[in-house]
Amino acid sequence: MLDKELRSMIGQVKDGRMDRRAFIQRMAAVGLTAPLANQILALGGVAMAEGASTYKPTKRGGGGALKLLWWQGPTLLNPHFATGTKDQDGSRLFYEPLACWDPDGNMKLVLATEIPSIQNGLLAADGKSVTWRLKPGVKWHDGKPFTADDVVFTWQYIKDPATAAVTIASYRDLTVEKIDDLTVKISFPKPTPFWADAFVGAPNTILPKHLFADYTGSKSREAPTNLSPVGTGPYKFVEFKPGDLIRGVINPDYHMANRPYFDTIEMKGGGDAVSAARAVIQTGEYDFGWNIQVEDDVLLRLEKGGKGKTVYAVGGDTEFIALNFTDPNVEVDGERSSMKTKHPLFSDPVVRKALSLLVDRESVKKAIYGRAGRTTSNFLNGPEKFVSKNTSWEFNIEKAAKMLDDAGWKPGPDGIREKDGKKLKILYQTSINGPRQKTQAIVKQACQKAGIEVELKSVVASVFFSSDVANPDTYPKFYADIEMFQIPLSQPDPSQHMRRYLSTSVATKENKWQGTNFPRWVNKDYDAAINAADMEMDPVKRAALYIKANDLMWQDTVFIPVMHRLKVEAAANNLRPVISGWANETDNLFDWYREE
Amino acid sequence: MSQYVLRRLLIAIPSLLGISVVLFVVLALAPGDPFSELATNPNVPPEVQAALRAKFGLDDPIYLRYLHWLNAMLHGDWGFSFVSRMDVDKLILQRLPATLYVIGSAQILALLIAIPVGVYAATRPYSLFDQIANTLAFVGFSLPTFFTGILFILIFSVTLDWLPFVYTTDIKATGIHWVLEMIRQAIMPVAVLGLFQAASMTRFVRSAMLDVIRLDYVTTARAKGLGQATVIVKHVMRNAMIPVVTLIALQMPAVFGGAIVTEQIFRIPGIGSLLISSILSNDTPVVMAVTFVFACLVVLFNLIADVLYGWLDPRISFR
Repeated sequence: MLDKELRSMIGQVKDGRMDRRAFIQRMAAVGLTAPLANQILALGGVAMAEGASTYKPTKRGGGGALKLLWWQGPTLLNPHFATGTKDQDGSRLFYEPLACWDPDGNMKLVLATEIPSIQNGLLAADGKSVTWRLKPGVKWHDGKPFTADDVVFTWQYIKDPATAAVTIASYRDLTVEKIDDLTVKISFPKPTPFWADAFVGAPNTILPKHLFADYTGSKSREAPTNLSPVGTGPYKFVEFKPGDLIRGVINPDYHMANRPYFDTIEMKGGGDAVSAARAVIQTGEYDFGWNIQVEDDVLLRLEKGGKGKTVYAVGGDTEFIALNFTDPNVEVDGERSSMKTKHPLFSDPVVRKALSLLVDRESVKKAIYGRAGRTTSNFLNGPEKFVSKNTSWEFNIEKAAKMLDDAGWKPGPDGIREKDGKKLKILYQTSINGPRQKTQAIVKQACQKAGIEVELKSVVASVFFSSDVANPDTYPKFYADIEMFQIPLSQPDPSQHMRRYLSTSVATKENKWQGTNFPRWVNKDYDAAINAADMEMDPVKRAALYIKANDLMWQDTVFIPVMHRLKVEAAANNLRPVISGWANETDNLFDWYREE
Repeated sequence: MSQYVLRRLLIAIPSLLGISVVLFVVLALAPGDPFSELATNPNVPPEVQAALRAKFGLDDPIYLRYLHWLNAMLHGDWGFSFVSRMDVDKLILQRLPATLYVIGSAQILALLIAIPVGVYAATRPYSLFDQIANTLAFVGFSLPTFFTGILFILIFSVTLDWLPFVYTTDIKATGIHWVLEMIRQAIMPVAVLGLFQAASMTRFVRSAMLDVIRLDYVTTARAKGLGQATVIVKHVMRNAMIPVVTLIALQMPAVFGGAIVTEQIFRIPGIGSLLISSILSNDTPVVMAVTFVFACLVVLFNLIADVLYGWLDPRISFR
């Protein structure tokens, strides 16, 4: 879409000649909807739409108990120490951010009164600062007022490296200042197109200054409130047993009208996904089951005549196969997969392309992911606005075989293709996980038919995803030819996700494999596109840059996307949960209710 | 007697030290660390993980970490969990009631079944009762608990809808309703564990009884004209119980250690599920504490078993 055309459309929305919905529909037609389409309007001078609420109850409370089943129970209740999303989910019952994300990726206000935009003057036109107005009259659960001091304090608390907060990356480069008791201004060192990161969403909730002030930095572990939170949320804390149970009761002074609906809340941990699905869908012992990564066949069977159903939320999580651009079998200076080597097989682009033709995504979807997956040719699958329409995929063994034939990879006496004495033998690793092992088998079968021998390897997840420098089986070390997993896209913006693959971030022995570019792919055009996008305030140009970056990955076959995965949850038939693919499951908890 | 107990306790110290060294080294050498989940999150810079490792002393050499741990343990400080940042003793105490209740009840159930059935079967070997008891015992200990657990859930929860299969620690009832609900939710896990243990224990009691029942002194007792009940209870059982006591005593620490599989299936927040989740997340202080307490209990109950022998059979003297 032409830049000029877009600007005139934004102008029309501003003047009221075109309504917001029509604008979003026009954007959708060219692949630009969802969260950042709204940010386009915000940056173009039109306020970001607030997510519509589907909440129906007309009075607070009276909904009885809400029983949640998290098969990995939260182990601590300070969101800034969260080792996984489960801890953020648990903390979010009590703590709140300024705003959160609804299922469509629109912003929903929680502790703020207005969505910042250039029009209302809260967002600087140069993208270097954003001002938030806080809701007046909000009280912490202990009765103390919530003010700008708490927001400023939360920033100071997180940015202190001695606190070792896991959220530090979102806060250390910015400055938060108090304008008055109910106004805070966040300043960024450079233009920040995605300004809705700090204090937004479940990972970024605000802590009460009066309870944490004595426990910053190295004393952060000793805070009693780490285990008994005092927040501003819809439910008040009652009890916490790590890994087992969280209990809360309704907050009668909650700052949103008629909310919350339930009188008590319980989050039970432990067990496994299948039996969690059973307890929600089949026996109805629980109202909601988190992260039901179970084969679709099983779910369909449970749903027949059951008391619950599965609920899906679309986000941007992509299950992918990454190709190693260096040689995992040659050791240089005590390091395998060294940047000084080139992969003996994959240095021929034809082999990479052929491999991509051998991944039968339709069968993987049918046999494994079912309703919880969508086939895709892109590495970047969301938000919509950033999804490339220029790519395609196919599954074609004959075509792959012909490509390899033409490139000189001829079948040897054992049926395995070879060229210049190099055999097409590949080591394919992933973490131990039912769906992943089945996907491995499907890919291996197709490869065998095309004359590529694939050796499968699966590593325990706690090792595969660890950063243990001494262990050879971690994904950043990548001592294999190809590997498969997913990296969650945790906010409706691709910048953090795509920055990982800059050529300056290659995982090497020198940086103790902390570098994020594990395929060890180096491409100057990609670097230029990502760096430009990070500074680009024009939302359309920025989206175009990310699409270009995605297309570069596709052309070079850095990743073979296997599946665009959806979030799967289980809910009782009469429960109306609000689940966003862009946020934690409990981020919209204040809007949950039960249909009578 | 007291000298014997004291000597045994002193001997236990080096073996417990040895156990703790082995446990610590194995855990330290195991791959992964408690913050590995952070590595998959692109929003968390690697420095945070490094800072956490440094903060919790994970970067020190193994022997230093061990000495720190030992020193703290001797002062009664069990350390804190890396994962929940809570003190380990609190964490364990939170989990203990559920384990004691469920596993303890299962042990009692097992004893209540195994001893009468085993004894009665031994008095009438190869009778119909004995045959049936034997067959059931074989079936019982051939079926693993994860199978019977799921089977029970399918029958009693899913099909019949009689019993809940998620164990909750906060039952919203008081008085008699609370008690009934506690019993109701424990029926399945206790039955699964209890029957499994009863099966092997029945076989054991039966064979121990059979060894004794044919001895000459039993014939003598009968010849004296003592009744069947007196012969069996006073003369046979007391002698046959010696190996059974060893078996039971060695199983007692398991009451503390929990039953990992059964606890997972029924979501019982016991020590077993704490142990397995701590192992999976490399939460060394918790794993160390649980396994070490377990080791202490094994040593202690061995001692208790030995003391009990003396009471059951005065011929065994303490030297």
